[in-house]
Amino acid sequence: MNRKLIDSIIEKIIFLCGIIAIVFVVLIFGFLLKEGFYFFKDYGVFKFVLGQYWYPSSSPAVFGVFALIIGSLLVTLGAALIAVPLGIMTALFISELAPKGVRDVLKSIVELMAAIPSIVLGFVGMVTLVPFIRTAFNIPTGLTAFSGSIVLAFMAMPTIVSISEDAIRSVPWSYKEGAYALGATKWQTIRRVVLKAAMPGIIAAVMLGIGRVIGETMAVLMVTGNASAIPTSIFDPVRTLTATIATEMGETVRGGLHYRALFAIGLVLFSITFIINFIADLFLNKNSKKG
Amino acid sequence: MNFNLNPNLSQKIAYTFLAMATIIVIVPVLTVIFIIVKNGWSALSWEFLTTMPTDGMRAGGILPAIIGTLAIVSCAICITLPIGVCAAIYLNEYAKDNLLTRIIKLAIVNLAGVPSVVYGLFGLGVFVMLLDFGVSIIAGALTLSIMELPVIITTARGALNSVPYQFREASWSLGVSKWQTIRRVVLPNALPGIMTGAILSISRISGETAPILFTAAAFYVPHLPQSPFDQVMALPYHLYIISTQIPNMPKNIIFGTALVLLLMVLSMSLIAIIARIYFRKIRKW
Repeated sequence: MNRKLIDSIIEKIIFLCGIIAIVFVVLIFGFLLKEGFYFFKDYGVFKFVLGQYWYPSSSPAVFGVFALIIGSLLVTLGAALIAVPLGIMTALFISELAPKGVRDVLKSIVELMAAIPSIVLGFVGMVTLVPFIRTAFNIPTGLTAFSGSIVLAFMAMPTIVSISEDAIRSVPWSYKEGAYALGATKWQTIRRVVLKAAMPGIIAAVMLGIGRVIGETMAVLMVTGNASAIPTSIFDPVRTLTATIATEMGETVRGGLHYRALFAIGLVLFSITFIINFIADLFLNKNSKKG
Repeated sequence: MNFNLNPNLSQKIAYTFLAMATIIVIVPVLTVIFIIVKNGWSALSWEFLTTMPTDGMRAGGILPAIIGTLAIVSCAICITLPIGVCAAIYLNEYAKDNLLTRIIKLAIVNLAGVPSVVYGLFGLGVFVMLLDFGVSIIAGALTLSIMELPVIITTARGALNSVPYQFREASWSLGVSKWQTIRRVVLPNALPGIMTGAILSISRISGETAPILFTAAAFYVPHLPQSPFDQVMALPYHLYIISTQIPNMPKNIIFGTALVLLLMVLSMSLIAIIARIYFRKIRKW
C-alpha cells in the first residue's frame, strides 16, 4: 500500500516534468507578449514594424525595426546560400561515399564544430575573416553582412549536415536495390532516388539550420559592424535583431520604453523561429512516418 | 558505349564535387582550432589559470572567469538534468499517443529553436527582475537550464528508447510495478546514454554568452563568488569583453582566453563522443 502511494506520487511528479516544456514555451511567449504589448500600446505596431530608423537614444526615441529585420534576413539568406548546398553535399558524402572509418572521423569533426562556442567563432572571424574581406574586396570595412553570412554558414552547418545525414541514411535499402536492379549507377541512384526520398528530412534540416542562424547572436554581433541602416549590398555593415538586443539591453532603464522595445524585438524573433521550427517539425514527421 | 560512359563520367564528377564540399566544410573548423591553439599557447600557464586579472584585465590570469563559468554551469545542469530526465521518462514510458503528447513534442521542438538571446530576455524579465534574484549565478543558471531542457529531454529519451522492450516485459512478468521497473531496469541501462547527453549539454552551455549577458555576467568582479546570488565573471563573456571593449588588449591574452574556453568545451565534447562509442560497443543488446 505504501509503495503504491509512493509510486503514484512519483508518477505525478514525472507527469508534471513531462508537461514542463509546454509550460515554458507558454511562459516565454506570454512574457514577451506582455512586455511587447506595453510597448506597442505606447509606440504603435506599424511605426515599429515599418519604421526604417532605430535611434533609441535620440529624443524623441525612434524604434523602427524594419532595417534590423532586413539586416537579419540578408545575413541569414547569405548564410543559407553558402551552408545549404555545402551541407547537403557533405551529408551525402558522409552517408553514401565515405568508407566507415572516414565516416566516423568526419561525423566527430562535424560534432566538434557544433561544440565550438559562437563567441570563439565570432572572435576568430573578427581577427581573420574581417580584415581578409576588407583587403580582398577593397572596401572601407570588412565588418559586413557578407562576413556575418560566412561565419553563420559554419554555425548552421552541423545542424544541416547531421540532420540531412540522418534523413539520407533512413532511406530504405530496398529503394536503392530497386534502382541498382534497373541498371542505375550509384550516383544516379543517389540523385534520383535517395535524395528524393530523403527530401522532407533535408528540408527540415535546412529549416532548423536557418532557425539557428536567425537566432545566433554573439558571432554575428562581432563581424557585421552593427550599423542600423538599410543595407544596399551584401558588402554593407548591417545590424541584426539579435545583436540589437545584446548590445543595447545593458544601457536601458529597466521597464522603460527602450527596454520594452527590445522585448518587442524578442517577440519578433520568437515568432519567426516558432514558425520555422513548426514547419521543420511537419517535414520531420512526414519523413519518419514513411520509414 | 557512349551511353555507358556518360553516367560513369558524371558519377566521377559528382563524387569529386561531394568530396570537395566536405573538405570546404571540414577545413575551416580545423583552421579555427589551429589558429586559436597557435596564438593562445604562449599565454597558457598555471599562473594564467589560477590568478586574478590585473591592470584593467590586460595582465594577470582569468581565474574568476573560469570559476564563474563552472559555478553557473554546474548549477544549471543540477537543475535541468533531473527535470529533463523525468520529462523523458514521461514521454517514453507513460505518454500515450494523444493530443497532449503531440503538443509536448511540439513545445520541445520550439523550445530548442528559441534564440539564445531571447532566453536571456526571459531570464532578465523573470529571474532577475520579477523574482528579484538580481544579476546572479542563480538567475543565469536558471536561464541556461531552461535553454538546455529540450536537449536533455531529447537525448535522454533516445537513451530510454534504446533499452529493449523485452527488458520491461521481463520485469513486469515478475510482478514489478511500472515505476519500479523504470527505476531498477530501464534507467540503469539508459544511464550511459543519459550521461553522454548531459556532458554534451554541459559543453554547450559552457560556451553560451547571450543567455548570461543580462542575467549573470559581470564586466569585472574583484573577488571570487561567495554565494549563488553574486554576479560573476564568465569565460565566454570575458572573451567578448576583452576582444571588443578593451583597447590595447594584448593579443596573446585574448587568444589564451579563447583557448581555455575552447579546450574546456571541446574536451568535454570529445569525452562524450568517445564514451558514446565505448558504451555502444559494450552494450549487452
